[in-house]
Amino acid sequence: MNPVTGGAFVLATVGKVMIFFTMLMLAVMLATIFERKVCGFMQDRSGPNRVGPWGLLQVIADGLKNLLKEETMPEQAVRPFFLLAPVLAIVPATILFAVIPFASPLPTQWGLVEMIVADVPIGFLYVLAIGSIGVYGVAMGGWASGSKYSLLGGLRGSAQMVSYEVALALSLVPLILLTGDVRAPEIVSMQQTFTAGPATYSTWFVFPLLVGLFFFFVSGLAETNRLPFDMPEAEAELITGYHTEYSAMKFSMFMIGEFAHVITVAALVTVFFLGGWDIPFWQGDNIRVLSDGTVIGEPTWWKTLLTLGAFGVKTSLLVLVFVWIRWTLPRFRYDQLMDLGWKFMLEAVTVYILVIAFVILGIEAVGIPAGGWYAFVLFLVNLGLAGALFFAMDRGTLIRGGAKGAKSAGGDAAGQGG
Amino acid sequence: MIQDFLFQAFAAGAILGAVIMVTRRNPVSAVIFLVGVFFATSGMFLMLDAHYIAAINVILYGGAIMVLFLFVLMLLNLGHADWRDLRGPMGGLIGGSISIAFLGVLTRLFVGGTDARPMVEVAGSALREAAAEQGVVGVVARPLFTEYTIVLEVTGVLLLVSMVGTILLARRERTVGERERT
Repeated sequence: MNPVTGGAFVLATVGKVMIFFTMLMLAVMLATIFERKVCGFMQDRSGPNRVGPWGLLQVIADGLKNLLKEETMPEQAVRPFFLLAPVLAIVPATILFAVIPFASPLPTQWGLVEMIVADVPIGFLYVLAIGSIGVYGVAMGGWASGSKYSLLGGLRGSAQMVSYEVALALSLVPLILLTGDVRAPEIVSMQQTFTAGPATYSTWFVFPLLVGLFFFFVSGLAETNRLPFDMPEAEAELITGYHTEYSAMKFSMFMIGEFAHVITVAALVTVFFLGGWDIPFWQGDNIRVLSDGTVIGEPTWWKTLLTLGAFGVKTSLLVLVFVWIRWTLPRFRYDQLMDLGWKFMLEAVTVYILVIAFVILGIEAVGIPAGGWYAFVLFLVNLGLAGALFFAMDRGTLIRGGAKGAKSAGGDAAGQGG
Repeated sequence: MIQDFLFQAFAAGAILGAVIMVTRRNPVSAVIFLVGVFFATSGMFLMLDAHYIAAINVILYGGAIMVLFLFVLMLLNLGHADWRDLRGPMGGLIGGSISIAFLGVLTRLFVGGTDARPMVEVAGSALREAAAEQGVVGVVARPLFTEYTIVLEVTGVLLLVSMVGTILLARRERTVGERERT
């Protein structure tokens, strides 16, 4: 069965856009209630439990409230940019989802429909490009509000996002070295096992690129402005930072943008490192569409549903990790955040790229073909690197203000501790 | 057909954005419209099947450099300044003559000069073939790391030199008294 073409392709794409956009918005709604429930659990309280069963309808109540609330317009605000900023926050976060493959291809009577909105040839470069636009929402919201707190939040946000974008982009270079391709469906196929077609690695990239996953996840946390990197909206210092002056639905749009971003980063980690929609220990779902249109494997509709479920489970677990980190780690100080970004992450990622490049060169010189053993050697190297990395990070010397700061502060810190 | 139409639309958007950008008094507005121009240019690249260039254009210019511009403008609080910079008779004369000369070149290209479209089509089909074979990144990466390695390295050194120079300029010389205080 061949991929759909012509008019059917246009119709299928329109359908996919509508279905996936609805799915994303539903996921955002569920993520907000999920986060509040998990927060409640972690702080030993009930969380929202009044509206509907287990408080599940709380999101709808909040949405209605935000729709009906009065929109305020600060006197000092620069009107066109003040109105544009929430749009700029929400649009990049949503259109990022276009290049994420959700499930195995769906066979229809007109041909095979790939479960990705746009399989663009530039793959995750699209993600980096659109992701880098997200910063305008923060920067402009902060500046156009005409408030000191908003401006500070916007400045912090743009500086932080620009800084961590570098590490985010570099942490994906080992992935290119390994796969030789930037398209997301191809990266998913590379993590599965095939008997025909070009060689694949038969293992999720979390193993051969463990350290890369760590760097990508940390930069992703910083890019989405989540704790411990939520300096732009540090509520103890800046009220709520760049969206202090926003009310009702405009505020809601910032929030939807943030949650959509979180879900997108979780989905990207799933695709790049956790096998995408691949179901572990089952070879029946290994379906690959080669660039010339030939299909390896047997796509069926129930496989599409199953793999969609697998993708959903992986992504939800990662969103849980996001929330978990929120209540586990304290917020960074601003200089620590910049030090971590520029003086540690950047160098560490560069060294990591070099090591991986040399290891790959070595493996190919030895003559191990791409496949399980190839990935295993890389996994061993990564275990060693991860051990060294976490040992070094745990010494409290890299992030200033840890052990060293407490010592220099002397009796002051000790007195507070008691 | 639809590609041609979209190309024209992006081109019109780029020109419009550029005109609005240079006529803004508020520097922040100017930056935002310049970002719009970069997006339109990326759209044009996309319609010419130069996917990689389009992405890099947005990543570097749209996402990094313009954010830096915006950042500096916000930091220096130039947001509400509307001083006259290049206005006055002399400025108008210089600006006007440059614009007219540029328009003349463009008109010559359009009316009397060579038609660029066949060239674009040849280059486009060559690009499409190469991209189908090596992927859109490979088309740029392969020559860059084989044929033009030296040029690439030299450019890298050039950028490094300018970076070191910037750091040297930005470094604040501390006086003796200051050092005692910290």
